[in-house]
Amino acid sequence: MNLIFEKSVPGRGTEYLPECDVPEVSLPEGMGRADPPKLPEVSETDLSRHYTELCRRVHGVNSGFYPLGSCTMKYNPRIDEEMAALPGFTGIHPLAPRSATEGCREVLDMAKKLLCEITGMEDMTFQPAAGAHGEFTGVLLIKQYHDARGDKKRCKILVPDSAHGTNPATAAMCGYQIVNIPSGPDGCVDLDALKAVLGEDIAGLMLTNPNTVGIFDKNILEITRLVHGAGGLCYYDGANLNAVMGLARPGDMGFDCVHLNLHKTFATPHGGGGPGAGAVGCKGFLAEYLPKSRLMDGGEGIQVRAFAGNFLVVVKALAYLLTLGREGVPEAAENAVLNANYLLAKLKARYRPAYDRLCMHEFVLDLSELKKETGVTALDVAKTLIDYGIHPPTMYFPLIVHEALMLEPTETESRETLDHAAEVFLKLYDLAHEDPAYMHEAPHHAQIRRPDEVRAARNPILCQPE
Amino acid sequence: MGSYIPSTPAERQEMLSAVGVASFRELYRDVPEEMYRPELDLPEGKSELEVARSLSAMAEKNRVFPTVLRGAGAYDHYIPSIVKYIPAKEEFLTAYTPYQAEMSQGILQSIFEYQTMICRLTGMDVSNASVYDGATAAAEAAAMCRDRKRRVTLISAAAHPDTIQTVKTYCYAAGAELRLIPQKDGRTDLEALAAMLTPEVASVYVQQPNFYGLLEPAQEIGQAVHAAGAMYILGCNPIALAILQTPREAGADIAVGEGQPLGMPLSYGGPYLGFMATTAKYMRKLPGRIVGQTVDAAGERAYVLSLQAREQHIRREKASSNICSNEALCALTAGVYMAAMGPAGMAKAARESMAKAHYLAEKLCALPGVERVHGGAFFHEFVTTLPKTAEVLSALEDAGILGGLPIEGGVLWCATEKVSREALDRAVEIVKEVLS
Repeated sequence: MNLIFEKSVPGRGTEYLPECDVPEVSLPEGMGRADPPKLPEVSETDLSRHYTELCRRVHGVNSGFYPLGSCTMKYNPRIDEEMAALPGFTGIHPLAPRSATEGCREVLDMAKKLLCEITGMEDMTFQPAAGAHGEFTGVLLIKQYHDARGDKKRCKILVPDSAHGTNPATAAMCGYQIVNIPSGPDGCVDLDALKAVLGEDIAGLMLTNPNTVGIFDKNILEITRLVHGAGGLCYYDGANLNAVMGLARPGDMGFDCVHLNLHKTFATPHGGGGPGAGAVGCKGFLAEYLPKSRLMDGGEGIQVRAFAGNFLVVVKALAYLLTLGREGVPEAAENAVLNANYLLAKLKARYRPAYDRLCMHEFVLDLSELKKETGVTALDVAKTLIDYGIHPPTMYFPLIVHEALMLEPTETESRETLDHAAEVFLKLYDLAHEDPAYMHEAPHHAQIRRPDEVRAARNPILCQPE
Repeated sequence: MGSYIPSTPAERQEMLSAVGVASFRELYRDVPEEMYRPELDLPEGKSELEVARSLSAMAEKNRVFPTVLRGAGAYDHYIPSIVKYIPAKEEFLTAYTPYQAEMSQGILQSIFEYQTMICRLTGMDVSNASVYDGATAAAEAAAMCRDRKRRVTLISAAAHPDTIQTVKTYCYAAGAELRLIPQKDGRTDLEALAAMLTPEVASVYVQQPNFYGLLEPAQEIGQAVHAAGAMYILGCNPIALAILQTPREAGADIAVGEGQPLGMPLSYGGPYLGFMATTAKYMRKLPGRIVGQTVDAAGERAYVLSLQAREQHIRREKASSNICSNEALCALTAGVYMAAMGPAGMAKAARESMAKAHYLAEKLCALPGVERVHGGAFFHEFVTTLPKTAEVLSALEDAGILGGLPIEGGVLWCATEKVSREALDRAVEIVKEVLS
């Protein structure tokens, strides 16, 4: 389809503003731009239709099944959107006087109280705008803690080899060397390997639990005890909290701080890439290191972005939390785990799980045998799923599993949806044996055929030439 | 209690059996008993109607001011109706990052169009798909410029305080140093800057217009920065860019800014939008998602997430940033806003904002004890002295007007195209009454 620029006609457009009712002023000589920016000039009809056409070329979780592992693509309730769009929230200036922002602060306080209860933490900030931003904030809590104690020798952060790429990237941004801890044969932290690297140079550990292969590390109390024993702190990456929310708290597992992805676990939409919200909770002894806004709160604390964070996302998460309540929070987790196990049980008829056991909210398939037998890769299976209207699982992650497909169905999918997805997956397994060539070229009926990514990287076209 | 779980209790039992377990507890057998199912102090779940009541009640405890004369990094511009409706479409709203190009062309193309608009607005060659906000855009830009030899970032004291503090935090994290360039009469002190441009300086960040609304001699600063071999980062107001010298024209290597004025409501500070653009030379150093154009297997034009070798999921600890999620829906909103307004509409918003701010400044400064604190040209914000500040602001609030922001040395006022002359006159009248 055409770009908006290709629909532009000079002089076309809609008048949204009245004529100026005060005297015009000019910029000082030499301060103006040479030419007006070449932005689109389109009628509102064309504009509306352009984006409606784009919208038809998007698959959201509210459009269909989206078992993208590690991303917790659960249904995003409409009421949450309606609440976040209330003028009493959208119309509030972040620097309005306190007397005018009582409701905003009530939202933040209540969300903080509920989320601290769910995580077993004692304080929380909503300033981080996304999960990785929350990781950054969490590791900075650890850094400030050691710095304040004058403990300068702690220059390393422990990260399991199954971790999401943001963990090592975050630790590096915070000036730490990364020590990879190998996983044991069960996908969990290898305790001996952990003991071998613990020492006075360890600042802390970054861990998800359940981990990225969908297994709850039963040694978690021993792990956090060992790290604490060496003087390090434990950071909980909340990417997988959906499996255990309301059933097991990071604080009780021994973690000192935690980030939550409100856009995953607490049902706020991901908007095609964001905005998210990466709330960071901590135990009381770290509270003094939480970020502040210079303009809103004053002081000299750390600050990871302007103002108080993605406030409207917190409104949505609060609406969700109030809806679920005490019973609904653990019920969501239990059914996320049930749905994953149900789907896994069905897929095991053909596919090989990377770890053949009960899983938590997600599981990983290892397609290396299928590839050996048929030449069909995890990528081919993923691309063929698109023809069936199913968003592919996360591919080639975690790195410790070859030809990995990682599935996370979430609790908001019905048994029929899971049955149908399982049927499609099993059909593709057979198809891989019958007609691998067809799968190498899939998808066949999607918006586009496979794009040439190498060409995109070698000859980058990153904006439309004027 | 509300719930979004489709399966009935009977179905759940059947599914548990299919899995081969008798109870949910069995699914959680790895969770130690001492931490399993803690007693949680959470409220009972509520129906949708009750939730709507609770949250509406909270929204009502806030106070929306029909007239906003406060900016300081969050600007109350008019948002055309269509700009609110398009990003609310469920497909845009509920998609994840467009990893699978074959089912995400709509998102990818919208980002490509946004990137193009940002390039045209700033005069730069390459834009990323967005970062969290203007402050983190500045911090990420400073990180782009650092290398082993050049570790120091200079930032103007006339930049937004939250931006300064954010850049400082990112520098602290990386073990790099941030030095503050002093201000002189509200603008970056050029003499001080010249003395600070030592060989270890990697980059210089200046905001245009700056925190006090003043126009910086951006081009002159750029020449000094480049003469010292450092990189030049310019923080921009995207509405001002419709008429103001572009960062490219001012010599910037990286243009960043807060995109909130491009169609995002004030929203108590977020979600907002960080935009980031640079020259072709630094393309591969730019952090975050970038969408590129290519062709598919049938030779048709297509869009993909590109240059991913920079990113954390490939490079892990060697990545240019840890950023993963961004503000894609806000970028979409900004794209719709820019396309709706067009070059003429955006220029009008910019000119009217500037005209109204000047009108307000002139009227306020005719009152006793009120005068501008700084000399020099300004865009749509300015600082004045204001006797009885608290009283004046409170009288304005009583009349539904959010007055300027009290800062050290005065009050920072702002006006946009959204405020009518009548409202400005009324505000001035109230100030006059309190002062008389």
